[in-house]
Amino acid sequence: MSDALLEIINLSHSYGNRRVLEGLNLNVRRGEVFTVIGPTGAGKTTLLRLIDLLEVPSSGDIYFDGRRVPEKGRERLQIRRRLSFVLQKPQLFNESVYDNICCGLKWRGEKEDGIKRKVERVLEMVGLEKHRHRNARTLSGGEAQRVALARALVVEPDVLLLDEPTANLDPLSAAKIESLISHLAAQRDITMIIATHDMSQGWQLADRVGVLLEGKFIQIGGPDEVFRLPRNEKVASFVGVENVLEGKVLESNQGIALIEIRGEVIQGVCEYPVDTEVWVCLRPEDVTLSLARIQSSARNCFPAKVIRVISSGPLSRVEVESGHGLRLVALVTRISAEEMDLVEGKEVHVSFKATGAHIIEKGLKS
Amino acid sequence: MTEIWYGLVKAVELIVSLDPEVVEVVGRSLIVSGSACVIASVICLPLASLIHFRSFPGKRVIINLIQTLFSLPTVLVGLFLFVLLSRGGPLGGLGLLFTPAAMVIGQTLLISPVLLGLTISALNGVARELIDTAVSLGADGFQVAWLALREARYAVMAAVIMAFGRAISEVGCAVMVGGNIKGFTRVITTTISLESSKGDLELSIALGIILLLIALLVNVSLSRLQQR
Repeated sequence: MSDALLEIINLSHSYGNRRVLEGLNLNVRRGEVFTVIGPTGAGKTTLLRLIDLLEVPSSGDIYFDGRRVPEKGRERLQIRRRLSFVLQKPQLFNESVYDNICCGLKWRGEKEDGIKRKVERVLEMVGLEKHRHRNARTLSGGEAQRVALARALVVEPDVLLLDEPTANLDPLSAAKIESLISHLAAQRDITMIIATHDMSQGWQLADRVGVLLEGKFIQIGGPDEVFRLPRNEKVASFVGVENVLEGKVLESNQGIALIEIRGEVIQGVCEYPVDTEVWVCLRPEDVTLSLARIQSSARNCFPAKVIRVISSGPLSRVEVESGHGLRLVALVTRISAEEMDLVEGKEVHVSFKATGAHIIEKGLKS
Repeated sequence: MTEIWYGLVKAVELIVSLDPEVVEVVGRSLIVSGSACVIASVICLPLASLIHFRSFPGKRVIINLIQTLFSLPTVLVGLFLFVLLSRGGPLGGLGLLFTPAAMVIGQTLLISPVLLGLTISALNGVARELIDTAVSLGADGFQVAWLALREARYAVMAAVIMAFGRAISEVGCAVMVGGNIKGFTRVITTTISLESSKGDLELSIALGIILLLIALLVNVSLSRLQQR
C-alpha cells in the first residue's frame, strides 16, 4: 500500500479454457522502471492488457494509486486515462502524424492551444517534426513506433506500458527507441512497465525485473539478482545462463562445496549439505578459455576440447567438452577466438571462478 | 424501329435544351432520394456502431435479419407505408400520403437495412488492435465509435452511395405513397413508368438516359472509393 502506484493482487486470467495468467502479485512504485521478461506466449501481453484496463481479469484485483479499479464505468475510464499503452505492433490511425498524436489529448477534452504546444514538444522529442503532416500509414516501421510512443507520451501518463518496444525494428531504429526510453526512465517522473524477451534490454533499463514463465511470476527482483542468481533452472536457462548442469554435492566446507558434474569435480559457493542434487548455473561470459594452464584466482580449471565455434558479430560462442564428457559454452571475443585459433578439436583449458557458478537446489519450485 | 430512333433524338433534344419538365422531375428525384439518404445515414451510422460495438443477446439474429432485408421488395415498403398513412390508418391524421415527405420516409425505410448492414461490415474491417489502441489512449465509447467510422470512411461512403443508388432507382414505393402527381410527387422512375404506358416514349427515354447517367456517376465514384 505504502508508495505503490500500481498493485496487483492474485490476478488470474483465462481465454476460454486456456489459463494465461495465474495468481500474479505485483507492486510497482511511482517512478520505477519494471520489466517483465519471459518467452513468447508466457502471458506478457495479456498482463499489460489487464493493467491497461483493456480487459477485465477473470479473477483478482488491480489497485491504482490506492483505489480499487472498478470493472466498468466512468471511474475506470478516468483511471485508464492516466495510463498509456504502446502495443507491440504500432497501430496508427489513417490520419496525419499530427492528428495521430493529438487524439489522446482531444479525447481528454484538452484545449486547442494546449494540444498544439504539447504535440509540437513530443514531435521534437521523437524527431518527427518534419513529418507532422504526412499520413502516418506511409511511415517506416521505426518511425511508426516513434509516433506510437509520442502518441502515448503526449498525454503525460502516470504509467507507460510498453509491449516489446523494439521487437519488430531494425537495429538502428531499435537503438533510437531504446535511447528514448532510457532518457525517459532517467527523468523519473514516469512509471514504466516494459514487456520484453530481449534480456539485455530487460537488464539495462530496469530497476526491477519480473520473470514470467507460463503465466506465473517465477522471480521478481533487481536485475543483477535475477540475471546472476536465477531462482531455478527454468529462469536460469531463460535469462541467458546457457550452462545449466546437473550435479551432486560431494563435500561442503565453510560455504565452499565440491560438486560432481558428469565425473568432473568443480568448486562452487553454496551451503547445501552433502548429497544434495543441484543445478550449477554458469553464464557463458564467465567461462574463460586459455591455451596453457593459467595461474589465476579461478578455482576451477580443467582441460577440454573445442567442439564447435559459432561467431556472431563481435562475439564467438565456443562449445567445449572435457575428457569426462562435461559440456560447457563459453563466450569470448571474436578477436581472441581468432588469436587463439579456436577451431574444432583444439585443446584448451577451461576456467571459471567458484563465485561465477550459481548453485540452486534441484526441484526447488518458484 | 424508326419510332425508337425518333424517340432517342427527341430525348437528347429534351436533355440538351434543359426542358423544364425534365429538370423538375430530375431535381425532385435527387432531392427526395438525397434526403432519404441523409436521414438514413444520420440514423443508421450511429445505430450500426452501436450494434457493432455492443454485445447483447440476439445480436447475430439482428444482423441476419438486416441482411435479409437487403432485398426488401419496394412495393412491400410502399404497401406498409400506404396502410400506415392512409386516411383511416394509424398515422392518417398527418396527411402525409401522396406527398414528397411520404416518399422520403418510404425510401429511408427501404435503404436503411442496406446502409446498416454495409456499415456494420465496414466496421468489421477495422482491426481489433486499432480499436484497442483508441481505448488505451483514453477514448470513451462514443469517441471509439467515431474513430472507427473515420477509419472505415471509404467503405462507409461506399455504403451510402449504394443506398442512394437503391433509393433513386426504385419505383414501387414512390408510386404507391407518392401517387405520381404531376408537378408535386413525380420523380424519374414514376414518370418513365407512366409516360411509357401513355405512349410518350421521348420523355421516358430522356429520363432513362439521365437515370443511367446518375447510375454511372454513382458507380464511378464507388469504384474510385474502393480503389483508395
